[in-house]
Amino acid sequence: MSEYTQKDSQGHSVGIVEKKLHTSAEPPGELELECGRKLGPITLAYETYGTLNAEKNNAVLILHALSGDAHVAGFHSAEDEKPGWWDSMVGPEKGIDTNKYFVVCSNIIGSCMGSTGPCAINPKTVMPYGLEFPVVTIGDMVRAQKTLIDALGIKRLLAVVGGSVGGMQVLEWCVRYPDMVAAAIPLATTTRHSALAIAFNEVARQAIMADPHWNNGDYYFGDRPKTGLAVARMIGHVTYLSDESMRLKFGRRLQDKSDFSFSFDPEFQVESYLRHQGKRFVERFDANAFLYITKAADYFDLAKQYGGGSMVEAFSKMDARFLIVSFTSDWLYPTYQSREMVKAIKKTGGDVSFCEIEAEWGHDAFLIPNPRLSGIIGGFLYRVFNETAR
Amino acid sequence: MSSMKLPGKMMRFDLHLIASWIEPGARVLDLGCGEGSLLEYLIQHKKVVGSGIEQNESRVAKCIEKGLSVLQGDINVEIEDYPDDSFDYVILSQTLQQVYAPDELIRAMLRIGNKGIVSFPNFSHWRVRLQLLTSGYAPVTRQLPYQWYDTPNIRVITLKDFRKFAREVGYRILKEVAIDAQSTKRAGNIVRAMPDLRANYGIFLITDHC
Repeated sequence: MSEYTQKDSQGHSVGIVEKKLHTSAEPPGELELECGRKLGPITLAYETYGTLNAEKNNAVLILHALSGDAHVAGFHSAEDEKPGWWDSMVGPEKGIDTNKYFVVCSNIIGSCMGSTGPCAINPKTVMPYGLEFPVVTIGDMVRAQKTLIDALGIKRLLAVVGGSVGGMQVLEWCVRYPDMVAAAIPLATTTRHSALAIAFNEVARQAIMADPHWNNGDYYFGDRPKTGLAVARMIGHVTYLSDESMRLKFGRRLQDKSDFSFSFDPEFQVESYLRHQGKRFVERFDANAFLYITKAADYFDLAKQYGGGSMVEAFSKMDARFLIVSFTSDWLYPTYQSREMVKAIKKTGGDVSFCEIEAEWGHDAFLIPNPRLSGIIGGFLYRVFNETAR
Repeated sequence: MSSMKLPGKMMRFDLHLIASWIEPGARVLDLGCGEGSLLEYLIQHKKVVGSGIEQNESRVAKCIEKGLSVLQGDINVEIEDYPDDSFDYVILSQTLQQVYAPDELIRAMLRIGNKGIVSFPNFSHWRVRLQLLTSGYAPVTRQLPYQWYDTPNIRVITLKDFRKFAREVGYRILKEVAIDAQSTKRAGNIVRAMPDLRANYGIFLITDHC
């Protein structure tokens, strides 16, 4: 996912918010991961907004995409220029209305945004994990998140919401803990990566691993693989946009000049944009975390893991009402992949709403302020709250 | 002819009649549900478990915003995925005349639903007949307001045609009502005398059970 920093024009902000930490799986109770290895203790960064009601039935869990974090909305301080990554959606009187719902956003294991991941300190060696960190899956991430929801005293989530890799976590939540999820909103997501999506992730990983500073993941005391990570981000960015959005945003326009310089300096606006995005990304993100999270996303295969290859079988294990949303210009997780989910849910007799929103912004469309998306999420949450909580 | 204006908020006369056939708590699927006014009414007044299919994105979004369970897609395709007998009623309101394979769609409706409700503009209304007879041009009416070259209404159906079709295919018509109403208006009349000539819409409740 990209970063969109514009502040929301409508509604209010949740104001000043605070990052919190939840620790579980303290040895000897480590989490046994899908790869067979054990991990513990596990820390997850999370944020909460709004108030959990007395019945504890108004909790909405938001799950973020590849490079996201727990900071969905509001500001960390009065001087903070930049709100959370989905500030347009989450707040008082917004699509996910913090006056009505208790919103929790959890980070993931494997991330570098405050949770246990490859850049965290391994308690056994008192050194950063690096590649010693076990390969984690979307399932492992969700199991860790469940300990957070348990600790918050929430027995059943009103809804689990997420886009892209966050949408995979939504599906994993639904299939793993069907009794805990009343409703689910997977946005711009898929039940498994296509060869195209895996290919882009692999090229991005290769860019990191080809950087000599990567040093087999052991770089925390020296130069970091900035070039590799920046290129990985640039590749990702291309897949998040679309032909149309890039044509409208950049076209073939040149940056600060009117003619070619006949050199390899960045000249086209799209080149300087991508370089800028790459450069900004390395300031906040860890290269190893990028490797681990993209791998988890590539491994995710709902039908294979939960349905013996059958999507219908996998969805029959779920008990949530669904709102599925895709975007017309998303070529990373195209609409046909959302329609496969819709089809499977219908075959199980489940409740599913689906909308393919016309948007030029490609995969990133779910992050961009969009009254239509806010409207349908708001309406859907309102309905499921009335149907399930009262 | 009995003139009436049914209670409830702004909903079309024909939809009120359809709603009156549906018992409380029924499972209902509305094919081509538009902005969901019928579903909304049925959920509020009949406590049905309702869902809809609609092709148009902004109408789908309006439905979901209202709190309806609606999915975007082509009714002819989407209907195939539901298990047998998923619904008590499957409704196809004023869309039959736009369907490429009406026989297949109705068969699918009665596979996934116990009963089907089908409504369509009656092409044997006297005004339609008169227009064709006197002018020689393909009729253009309030109910079918398009020219032959730009009409979405690719099927020409009369009340008699539908009765004949049901008889031939072996569907039982459980209820039938002919109305004189404008498609956008709340007010309308049930036509009892000479409906084939005087009704501009027909609504049928059908089943494939004996």
